[in-house]
Amino acid sequence: MDIMSVIINGLSIGSIYAIIALGYTMVYGIAKMLNFAHGDVIMVGAYTFFAAAHARNLNGPAGPLIAVLIAIVLCALLGMAIEFLAYRSLRQAPSLAVLITAIGVSYLLQNVMQTVMSLDGVDRFFKNVLGVVISENNDKPIFGADTKMITDLVNMQSLDIHLSETLTIPGLAIVTIAVNLVIVVLLSLFVNYTKMGKAMRSVSEDRSAAQLMGININRTITVTFAIGSALAAIAGILYCAFPHELVPTTGSIPGIKAFIAAVIGGIGSIPGALIGGLLLGFVEQLSRSVLPVTELTDAVVYSVLIIVLLFRPTGLLGKKIREKV
Amino acid sequence: MTESQRRIILSVEDIHVFYGAIHAIKGVSLEVREDEIVTLIGANGAGKSTTLNAITGLLKPRSGKIVYDDKLISGKKASKIVPMGLCLCPEGRRIFQQLTVRENLDMGGYTRSRSEIRESMDEMFERFPRLKEREKQIAGTLSGGEQQMLAMARALMARPKLLMLDEPSMGLAPILVEQIFDIIKELHGSGVTILLVEQNARMALSVADRAYVMETGVITMTGKASALLHNDAVQKAYLGN
Ligand SMILES: Nc1ncnc2c1ncn2[C@@H]1O[C@H](COP(=O)(O)OP(=O)(O)O)[C@@H](O)[C@H]1O
Ligand SMILES: [Mg+2]
Repeated sequence: MDIMSVIINGLSIGSIYAIIALGYTMVYGIAKMLNFAHGDVIMVGAYTFFAAAHARNLNGPAGPLIAVLIAIVLCALLGMAIEFLAYRSLRQAPSLAVLITAIGVSYLLQNVMQTVMSLDGVDRFFKNVLGVVISENNDKPIFGADTKMITDLVNMQSLDIHLSETLTIPGLAIVTIAVNLVIVVLLSLFVNYTKMGKAMRSVSEDRSAAQLMGININRTITVTFAIGSALAAIAGILYCAFPHELVPTTGSIPGIKAFIAAVIGGIGSIPGALIGGLLLGFVEQLSRSVLPVTELTDAVVYSVLIIVLLFRPTGLLGKKIREKV
Repeated sequence: MTESQRRIILSVEDIHVFYGAIHAIKGVSLEVREDEIVTLIGANGAGKSTTLNAITGLLKPRSGKIVYDDKLISGKKASKIVPMGLCLCPEGRRIFQQLTVRENLDMGGYTRSRSEIRESMDEMFERFPRLKEREKQIAGTLSGGEQQMLAMARALMARPKLLMLDEPSMGLAPILVEQIFDIIKELHGSGVTILLVEQNARMALSVADRAYVMETGVITMTGKASALLHNDAVQKAYLGN
C-alpha cells in the first residue's frame, strides 16, 4: 500500500471514529458518564438504514437519503429513550453503577437486534401493521439472522476521483471526510453560539450553578443524547459502507476504537474527538500497511493510547484537572 | 407604608432539610416582605447556605412549606422557580469559568426572551462598566472582585423580584466589600427585595431591615436589624466585641 492510500483510508476511517467519538465526548462532557451502549446505537442505525433502504415505498432516487434520515431520527429517539429509561435515575449513583448499566444496555441492544432479525414474520409485521414492504428486488424478505452488507445501497463510485493510473480517491472516502467536517463545524457552531449550546457548556462546567440559571438539566442531557445518537446513526452507515459486515455486534469494535479516540483527544473536547479520531484512523491504516501481520494493528492502536496518556493523562486537548478553590 | 402592611413575598414554614442522614435544617421558619432587606447571619456550618439552596429548589426539604409570591414552591425544581423571579447568587460565586463574561450574562437570562436579555445586558454593562470592558474575556481570568460583580450581574439578568445573596463579600478586600454593599443598597433602591447571607454580620446588620440569627440548623433570634446590632448576645457571638 502506498502512502497516499494510507492517508486517504486513514482519514476516512478516522472520520468515522471521530463522528462516533463526538457522541462519547459530548455525553461525557455534559452528563458526566461513559455511555458504553453508544457503539450499539451505531449498529441499530446501520440496520435501520438497511431496512429502510429496502422499503418498496422508498424506491425513488432519494430513497437512500430518506433511509439515512430515518436512521438518524430513530437513533436520536433511541438515545433519548436509553437516557430516560436507563440512566436518568442513576444521576446521583456511583459511576460504577452507571458503567455496569451502560454495559447492560449494550448487551440488551445487541440481543434485541439478534432476536428481531431472526424472528419469523418481521416482514409481515411491517407489511400488515405499518404498510411498508421491505424486501429485495426479487421479493425475498431481507429479514433473517444472516450477515448483511449495505455496500450496494451506498454506491458512490460515480464520485470517484481518478488522480492517476494507480491512484483513485474513492467517492465514499470523499463523502465520509466531507460529512465529518460538516458535522464538526456545525456542532462547534451549535455548542459555541446557540442558547442550548451555551447551556450545555454551563451544565458541563457546574451543574448546580446551571440550575440556578433556570436551565433544565434533564432537557439539556436529553438533547445531548439525541445529538450523539443521531451522529452514531450516520457513523454506523458510513462504517458499514466502508465496508464492514452488519451483524448485531457490529458496533462493538468501532465503539471501542472511537472511545479510545475520544480519550486520546481529551474526553469532553469536541476538537479533541476530531483529532483523536483522525489520528487513530491514520495510525491504524499505517500499521496495517507496514506491519507483517494485520493482527498487530490493534496492539499498535492501544499502544498509542497508552503513550498519549503517559505524557498527557487528560488527552491531547483535555482540560487540566483543576482544583476547586 | 409600615413594615407589617407590606406583602409577604417569601415565607418559609418549618422546613427540615437532610443530607443523607445528616439533619442540617431543623425546622426553620422565616419570612421576607416586599422591598425589605433581610439578613440571615450565623457561624460557619449553621445551615445558611442549605436554607437558601432549599428555597431555590436545589435541595428538597423533607417537610415544611415554602411559599413564594403566594405560590407553593417547595418541591419544585430551580428551573421552575427562577422564572418566577426568585434567584440565588450562590456562595463562592460559581460563575462559569470557561465561558466569556457575556456568555455568563446570557446564561443568567436563560429563561427570558432575546430582547429582554439584550435590554438587561445593556443595563448590567452600565451598572458594571468593568464587565463591559471584559465582555469577551473568559470569566475564569477575572479577579475575585470582578467575578463577584459578574455573579451578581448574572443573577440580575433574570430580573429577580427577590434576590438571595450567599456571602457576596467572601474573600474580598475591604474596599471591594464596601463596593458590594453599595451595590446591594442600590439594588434595593431600585425595587429588588433582598435576602442576604453574610459572614460580615456588622455590615449585613447595618444595611438590613430585619435579621435572623441561625445556629446549627435552627433560628435562635430574630428582630429588627438595628436592634440586633446592639444586642449583647449578638455582639459577643458575631460582632467580636
Ligand atoms: N453536600 C453536603 N453533604 C453533607 N453535609 C453537608 C453538605 N453541605 C453542607 N453540609 C452540612 O450541613 C450543615 C450546614 O451547612 P451550610 O448550609 O453550608 O452552612 P453555612 O452556609 O451556614 O456555613 C453543615 O454541618 C455542613 O457540614
Ligand atoms: Mg454557607
